[in-house]
Order: sequence, then structure tokens, then C-alpha cells
Amino acid sequence: MWFELRYVEMAEVVVLLDLSISPFGSRVRIALAEKGIKYEYREEEVKDKIILNKSSLLLQMNPIHKKIPVLIHNGKPICESLIIVQYIDEVWNDKSPLLPSDPYERAQAMFWADFVDKKIYDCGKKIWMNKGEEQEPGKQELIECLKLLEGELGDKPYFGGDNLGFVDVALLPLHCWFYAYETCGNFSIEVECPKLVAWAKRCMERESVLNSLPNQNLVYDYILQVRKRTGIE
Amino acid sequence: MATSDVKLIGSWASPFVIRAMIALKIKSISYEFLQETFGSKSKLLLQSNPIHKKIPVLIHAEKPICESLIIVQYIDEVWTSGPTILPSDPYDRAIARFWAAYIDDKWFPSVIGLARGQLEGEAKEAAIEQMSVGFVLLEEAFVKCSEGKGYFGGEKIGYLDIALGCFLGWIRVTEKMIGMKVIDEAKTPCLVGWAERFCADSAVKEVMPEIEKLEEFAKLLQAMYRAPPK
Repeated sequence: MWFELRYVEMAEVVVLLDLSISPFGSRVRIALAEKGIKYEYREEEVKDKIILNKSSLLLQMNPIHKKIPVLIHNGKPICESLIIVQYIDEVWNDKSPLLPSDPYERAQAMFWADFVDKKIYDCGKKIWMNKGEEQEPGKQELIECLKLLEGELGDKPYFGGDNLGFVDVALLPLHCWFYAYETCGNFSIEVECPKLVAWAKRCMERESVLNSLPNQNLVYDYILQVRKRTGIE
Repeated sequence: MATSDVKLIGSWASPFVIRAMIALKIKSISYEFLQETFGSKSKLLLQSNPIHKKIPVLIHAEKPICESLIIVQYIDEVWTSGPTILPSDPYDRAIARFWAAYIDDKWFPSVIGLARGQLEGEAKEAAIEQMSVGFVLLEEAFVKCSEGKGYFGGEKIGYLDIALGCFLGWIRVTEKMIGMKVIDEAKTPCLVGWAERFCADSAVKEVMPEIEKLEEFAKLLQAMYRAPPK
């Protein structure tokens, strides 16, 4: 008897539920691009420019938080942007490692990515959700935090060393929001943190980054809409 | 490894510190425990964790590692000869991390408010509700993750068991304070069994504080956080 063994290669099916303007979604897009992973991009619908019309697929795949981004890998959902990036790094581990292999360096990278999560977005919000004098605490805190990140970057081209790493991916999308923070808050981040702005420009020269980030004017538009909605403007 | 090679800065009462202690116990690592004085922060702590100034801090070969879940992962990655803490499959790891983040970001804030005695009236009711809803979700997560076995990690204690189990002492204290059970047979039967197994485990028994000691400590905490009279 002849047996014919057929090896059926399971195609990796990767879907990303996202919103182009989301800094959290952008992190995942950068990671997927760095690894050269083919995926289907699904933009969630937005009503009135700022309200998310959550798709039934999103609600099914992320019932707890009901938020994007959600990566769906061969039908299984992974939620929370940094958890998704770490998952991508572990599964597609043949190229462009995002986390260092040394455990101490990995712990440091995770610490700083967590710092970005805990501080940067919220500081920024304190700026654009307020006006005038009320913005001052947010501005001060943001600059302090960005200076700490500059210290961590040091003389390296990237936080990841010679190549883009976990912290670069965590922070880069928030760079698109700097223009909005500066315009709403009437201050210059470049003056206070030139090294960090130089780092961002360096990263933007990479196609994986350039194609993954929203235009800063779109971000500013979004913020203006929210400010109008909430009566700040 | 020499004992002095590994130090843990923390407090016996902090569930976040307990996470690190359980992980160190699982791997049978000897370490020097540096107890912080309640109400003040040591020079070593401020030096080792200048950003957040919080415990726990693990110091390994003079290098500090901060944030409890990062510490647990670090311990798992460095001491590879002991039992593993994180799941081996990347998807299972992502799920464990997801629930650990949920516990820290969504569920814990409601618990700490109750434990500190800061909440009254509607705010207190809302926190109790949030805590209970959280447990129902965690019960479902347990059923999925455990796959019929005794722990979130399966046959043995794992990352998510540690992430949630560290709070069990405080959960008991809070239940006594509010006069109701949040882990109960009716709504969260699997977690009832899991909680008993977890607390009886050899890696947990010695580091989980006694309820009576925690109750005393809770009184100190409440005195500290109660709004001062104007």
C-alpha cells in the first residue's frame, strides 16, 4: 500500500482591528511592519469624527475592554497593545527582535514601556483636555517625563540600541500627538527635549514607522473635535 | 548564588511584594529581605527606584528591577532550573498577561479604596460592585485557563495565580470590613477552591501574612488615608 502524506501548510491568518489615529494601534502596526508580517487591516467605524461605532467583531473579540487594537491570530484574539507587541515578538522570533535577549535588559525595556503607558498619554491629556493656566501641571509633568526618557535613550540611536526595540515602539506613536500638545499648550517640546525629537525624526526615516503612523494634523483635528464636544473650545 | 547577591526591598503586608516573594520561593532562591519602615522610604529604595519610589524592588547582583510583574517575569527567566512560572505557549502567556493587567489596572483600584477605608456611601457601593464583577470575570478566566486543573497555571501555580493570589489576605480583610463575601460558593465556586489550594501551597504558606496581622495593619493604613479634619 502506498501512503501519500500530504502536508497541509496552515497559512497564518492575521487580522488587526484598529483605528488609524490610535497610538496604541500604531504600536502594533509598527511591530507587524518590522517583522514583515502580512495581515488584514480592519478600521473600526467612527461616528461624528470621534465616537467609535464598535463592530460586533470587536465586541466579540474584546468583550472585557471593548477597545482596539485587537490582533486576531488564526482566530484567537490578543488584546492590549504592549501585550500584543510582546506576543508578535515571541511568535515571529526569526527576525527583528524587539525585546533584548538578556533578562535584565528585557526587564528594563518593559519597565520603560510601562512608564510610557502610565505617564505620557495621561500627561498629554491633562494638556489638551484643559486650557490656559490649568494646562501648566500637565505641561510640566510631560516635559519631566520626556526628559527621563531622554536620559534612558542616552547616546544610542534607538532605545533598542542599534535597532528599533520595544520602548521605541511604545513611545513612537505618541510622538504624533506632540504637535497637538504643543499647539493646544502653546509650548515647544523640541526646545525642552531636542534629543527625543531627533530620535523621533530618525525613526520616521524607517518605512515600517512612516507607514504605520497617522499624520499629526489628523491627530490635532481629532483633539480639536473632542475639545469642541466637551466645551473646552 | 550567595544570599547577598539577591535582595528584595519591600513590606510583609504589600501584595505586590508578596508576588516577588512567591516567585523567589518557587525557584528556591535565597535572598535578603529588606523591610521598609511604614510611612517612610529608605535611601536604598529611593536610589533603586527613583522613578516610582515604590516597593517591591529586586536587587540582583547590584542591579535593581522594579514593578512586581516585571520582577516575577525576570525571576522566571533568570532562574531556569526551577519550576516555570509563565506558560510556555505564547498565546497562553498573552492571556495570562492580559488578566494580570486587568487585575492591576481595573480591579485593584476598587479594592485599595475599600481597604484604606476612604470610601463611603455611593462610592463604596460602586467599589464593592466593581470588585464583585471583577471576580465573576476572573472566575470565567479561571475556567478557561485552568482547563479543569487546580490553578490558572494548570497543574501548578503560575504567573496569573501569583498575580491574583497575592491579594487573598487583603481580600479576606476587606470582606470582613464590608460584611460580605466576594469570593463565594454561589458566584465564584471555582475561585473558592483555588483560593484554598493557593494559600496552602508551600511557596505561598510562609509568605502570606496572617489575617489578624493584616487587620491591625489595615487600621494603620486607614488612619493614614482618612481625610484630615479641616
